[in-house]
Amino acid sequence: MGMSSDNGSAHEHLIRDLASGLEPVGRLRPPTVRALGWLAVVAIVALALARFADLPALESRLSASPDMWLAVTGAIMTAVLAALAAFQLSLPDANRAWALLPLPAALLWVIASGIGCLRAWLVPGAHVAELNEARDCLMFIIGVSIPLSGLMFVMLRRACSLQPGLTAAIGGLATAAAAATLLNFFHPFDAAATDLAVHACAVALVIVANWAFSGRLLGIAS
Amino acid sequence: MVHPTVRAIAIDFSLFNDLFCIDPAFLAGHRGGSVFKPEITRRTMAKSIPDAAVVELDRSWSALMIAAQAGDSAAYEELLRECVPYIKNVARRRNIAGDRTDDVVQDVLLTIHRARHTYDPSRSFTAWLRVITDRRAIDLVRRTLRQERREVHAPFAFENHADETADPARGIAHADETTTVSRVLEALPMKQREAVQYLVLEEHSLADTAALTQRSKVSLKVNLHRALKALRGRLERAE
Repeated sequence: MGMSSDNGSAHEHLIRDLASGLEPVGRLRPPTVRALGWLAVVAIVALALARFADLPALESRLSASPDMWLAVTGAIMTAVLAALAAFQLSLPDANRAWALLPLPAALLWVIASGIGCLRAWLVPGAHVAELNEARDCLMFIIGVSIPLSGLMFVMLRRACSLQPGLTAAIGGLATAAAAATLLNFFHPFDAAATDLAVHACAVALVIVANWAFSGRLLGIAS
Repeated sequence: MVHPTVRAIAIDFSLFNDLFCIDPAFLAGHRGGSVFKPEITRRTMAKSIPDAAVVELDRSWSALMIAAQAGDSAAYEELLRECVPYIKNVARRRNIAGDRTDDVVQDVLLTIHRARHTYDPSRSFTAWLRVITDRRAIDLVRRTLRQERREVHAPFAFENHADETADPARGIAHADETTTVSRVLEALPMKQREAVQYLVLEEHSLADTAALTQRSKVSLKVNLHRALKALRGRLERAE
């Protein structure tokens, strides 16, 4: 912009321009309500996918190893808390500390998945994901994350984030965690080391992609 | 629309300045983090700022913003105008150079406009504005640093840098044309020369030229018309 300091008249012009023809605006709903709206869509997707999943197999698998419950709970909590944090961060006056909210749940998710991975390594005869299965996991997480991220961006754009990178990255964590949770419907075995690495790569990819698009989709032109 | 107390504060400039030294964190329900310097808070405590006046100011701005959200352009204009000194003050506290504070002000005014629907009336407007101003000031500092990393300030190098597209022959031709026009202009009668000088070369208005030369507008028009006709003929002959 490069304006001179004696710029009262420039501000006056801008103020008059902004005020002229001012339209009433609908107040933005609270971030919690908006986050619940996004999570409701995820729940609908989950219900739709559950119709195609082998639910008895999933139930027996979860009841056989408690750490799987922890991993699933961690993923669900990460999705919920990251969504809440992303909608909070989308507000222009948001505190950056909201970004820390999903971290404990994410830690639980990673540790519980790691325990499952260790058991798959130690127990003889345990099913270890093959390369094509791991590739399917990657495609599933990315494929489900794309529409969920799209919806997330549309909803986040309504607020006016002044930290778009952080907001989009946390939103990406929410979508990736939601996608990883939904993957459990079609993932009837423990994550082996390679599989876990693929999951981690998919989650990281979604977060980085969200962050990369943040400037264009959420940023405010200065 | 504005509370009488607020008007009194706006007139008392020293009090107005003091108000900006306070840490608005105490104002109820702000979302922003602790972005204020500790020494500012200490100064506030020592001066014992009239809390009631600050709260009243915040309430007044909040009321104006609520009206603006409902489409009241007069309230919005008043609010933005009142916010400008506050924004400048916050920007200065962020060590923004004097000539850049206006950039921050404009960025913040535009941000307020785009984000006005996100303001929640149950929260402090001052805290909302302060966090936005801080963020925009930091953005400006980052932009400036990025620019400084890419560019250097070297006026002598800039002046001495040869223009690769420059054509020396064109410069000589231009100088020749200028000399020819000047010679032909000097050959014109004085009244015609004056008309060209003031109206064409110095771009004065007809009224100004009439006042300068003590001649009528009609006379100037006639002289300009004759001068241009004569110039055209003489330049064609010169070619």
